[in-house]
Amino acid sequence: MRTSRPSIARRALGAAASALIALGLFTACGAGGDDEAEGDVNTAENFDFQCPEREDAERAPDEEANENTPFVFGSPGNPSSMDPVFASDGETFRVTRQVFDTLLKHDCTEIVPGLAESYEQNETGTEWTFHLREGVTFHDGTPLDGAAVCANFDRWYNFTGGYQSPNYTYYYSSFFGGFKENDPDMGIEAESNYAGCEADGLTATVKIHEYTANFPGAFSMATTAIVSPASLAQITDDQVKTADDPLPEYTQTAGVLAGTGPYKFVDWDHSAQSLTLERFDDYWGEPAKVKTLIFRTISDETARRQALEAGDIQGYDLVAPADVVPLQEAGFQVPTRGVFNILYMTYNQLDERLADHTVREALSYAVNRQRLVNSVLPPGGTVATQFMPPSLDGWSEDVVKYEYDPDKAEELLAEAGQEDMTIKFCYPTDVSRPYMPAPKDIFDIIAADLEAVGVTVEATPITWVEYIPATRSGDCPLYLLGWTGDFNEAYNFLGTWFSTETTEWGFDNQAIFDGLAEAAAEPDPAVRAEHWTELNEMIMEELPGLPISHSPPSIAFAPEIYPMDVSPLTQEDFSDLYFAAE
Amino acid sequence: MLRYTVKRLLQLAVALLGLTLLLFAWFKALPGGPENRMLPDNATDQQREALRQALGLDEPIWSQYGEFLSRLVHLDFGSSLSSGRPVATELADRLPATIELSLAAMVIAIGIGIPLGYLAARKRGSWLDFGAVSGSLVGICIPVFFLAAMLKVVFAQELAWLPTAFRLSPGLDYTEVTGLRVLDGIITGELDVAWDAFLHLVLPAIALASIPLAVITRITRASVLEVVGEDYVRTADAKGLKPQTIRGRHVMKNAMLPVVTVIGLLLGSLFSGAVLTESVFAFGGVGSFIYQATTERDYPALMGFILIIAVFYVVLNLIVDLSYGFLDPRVRVRS
Repeated sequence: MRTSRPSIARRALGAAASALIALGLFTACGAGGDDEAEGDVNTAENFDFQCPEREDAERAPDEEANENTPFVFGSPGNPSSMDPVFASDGETFRVTRQVFDTLLKHDCTEIVPGLAESYEQNETGTEWTFHLREGVTFHDGTPLDGAAVCANFDRWYNFTGGYQSPNYTYYYSSFFGGFKENDPDMGIEAESNYAGCEADGLTATVKIHEYTANFPGAFSMATTAIVSPASLAQITDDQVKTADDPLPEYTQTAGVLAGTGPYKFVDWDHSAQSLTLERFDDYWGEPAKVKTLIFRTISDETARRQALEAGDIQGYDLVAPADVVPLQEAGFQVPTRGVFNILYMTYNQLDERLADHTVREALSYAVNRQRLVNSVLPPGGTVATQFMPPSLDGWSEDVVKYEYDPDKAEELLAEAGQEDMTIKFCYPTDVSRPYMPAPKDIFDIIAADLEAVGVTVEATPITWVEYIPATRSGDCPLYLLGWTGDFNEAYNFLGTWFSTETTEWGFDNQAIFDGLAEAAAEPDPAVRAEHWTELNEMIMEELPGLPISHSPPSIAFAPEIYPMDVSPLTQEDFSDLYFAAE
Repeated sequence: MLRYTVKRLLQLAVALLGLTLLLFAWFKALPGGPENRMLPDNATDQQREALRQALGLDEPIWSQYGEFLSRLVHLDFGSSLSSGRPVATELADRLPATIELSLAAMVIAIGIGIPLGYLAARKRGSWLDFGAVSGSLVGICIPVFFLAAMLKVVFAQELAWLPTAFRLSPGLDYTEVTGLRVLDGIITGELDVAWDAFLHLVLPAIALASIPLAVITRITRASVLEVVGEDYVRTADAKGLKPQTIRGRHVMKNAMLPVVTVIGLLLGSLFSGAVLTESVFAFGGVGSFIYQATTERDYPALMGFILIIAVFYVVLNLIVDLSYGFLDPRVRVRS
């Protein structure tokens, strides 16, 4: 869901052109409300929205500072567990990714080997063989081998009691279905899809009963990171009997679990909401450049910016779009991430007017998505043409695009007899999502566009905890929602939305449902991608909702920092950043 | 006095039981459930339902309440849904920050408010009086979050005299004793910690003190004005008592009764101010946690925190009531 590093290969491609364009993008945004200039840049053909090139030069490191000054990062929220298998939130993964390596990882948006040097799948996609790197040791001195990998998979499979509840093992059960013995009180009904793990020296083979398109992506998730079996031997997994039992103490204190990553946990001060990592000297890759890394929670967006400006922290994530340009003008660095999410507006067809394809088309032509991207989203945002970002295999050039045409919208509404339509439009009030940085602003712009073609919009703001049930139940004919991808696989986007008839979308298109089932079960990635391409075209033809935008969440750094390459999946590798001299 | 105290404590127990019932009913009446914040946005309905079942949220309310009470009897508040940690541990981690902040704010409010109110009363109609009265009006009117933000922009950002966030700078070696960091630094002799913690405390404490300071100043002024007009003060003056004696024994002691009552009430309002102040300064106390728990429908955390705060509040008010006995002999006689 949120991982790692940008690509050298991609960087080489047209670096110069992209650098110019990226530069242009920033200056264009500096112009503020200048729609024309921004439009030019955002539609510039050479700008790579998937993985924008870096335009800053390498800088000499300040060795003294790297050894003696901690790098303090302002996190928007608290991590929840030092054992990554129990988490499903980005703040936990941001930290655990520095400590625990995964078998696979992302280079920009590409899935590449991590702890495994290479991997292969059998034809049916039910056996995944990982050839592990040589000479990797865990922080506790245990060497990494196939048996260590299998120990982790076997451990998860054998979870009992409260550990089976989705609040602790959401991702594991999403990928592997159930457990060895499902606890009836935990509500998990699916049979386990895990069929065992075989180790042979530096090779580990993970077997599943039936292929699903969650693989191989699942092996890149922070939750399936490999933990030292020796450190696992110090704990028992039977303390959490029910879902509301607290997590055991070892998940909340440093020093119990050992990973293979460039950093190790040294301290977690809950009262200061501060988590300290220190360089692991025997790391298998290039050692971390900054010795001490501290993550401190600052939940307020403005407070994070002020702390950076005052020098109390050296970096933070989820910069408010409106803060990006002022920060850059003041000398701070806001590198542009690639896009890896989608914001959409649903046309729930339980509302019979929206069941009319002409009406859905009309509303789609009415929305000026480019204006929305230019005025609300941070630099690097782009208009979406389908329900997944362009970096995924299976993204189609040839979908119907419904480009802004208010006259056509009015015509179509008249044709459908809906010139005086009044419609309820829901948006969330108390959240900001990486794919939806300012829900109210986004709503306002879309609502204004709809009103301009004669639709009367009933604004319906709802708090987040009610929003999800309201949108799921069909109470909202129009609503905004989205998703940030977990890994490079179209199924991670399309799979949960369009696999069956739901009250969330209210449409019944058997061809799409069947096509999706077929794609999700196709183990050959190339064939799978063809399915997705076709599906994307079918879905945009059906038009269950309007894909609005892909929006990169912004991350900021102090002027004295040379930042790591930023990741579209927010999977930054902190071992790459350093204090720069001068 | 002892009987009175015991009686008040018993009342407290009954009040708390009623409070749990009210809170429980209220939380359950709130729309939306915690599963919507605990799982990723695209979790399926099936996964959300599984979680509700695992958490027992699909059971009848009375049985949920029964379970909550039976835990409470064992002083077990359960665990926070959002962090997966015991509520008691979360409290132990966060309460000291809020207590330290509130204490500092009260020290400022009382330490400045009472002398200022007294002087304003004694120099009635002077510029000092005018300044104190209008200043306190402003203090009451300015929203706490606005003042906090302004203080931060001016003193932490523009002038850079003070830090913008947190309770301590990173990298300081801090030994926890009471959790009140300034105090701990002094106790353990880590004076650098005490000083650093003090610097972090200044701005949030001033922001939080603004309303109590204004209220205390005004009440003190009004109360002193009333008391100096009393016959016994004139008599004491006529007897030829020294001004200090009159001020201490006759004026201040009598004028303090309403002030003390107000201080007790203000302590409660400090918590609401703390929510905003802690958030602006990333202070990491109870206030921001309660806010978060509310938006996430983290019922166990909310119940635990509100109960503990209620106990605090009631106990503080008990102390305030008992201090009447010291200030006003008539109360002593009656009880």
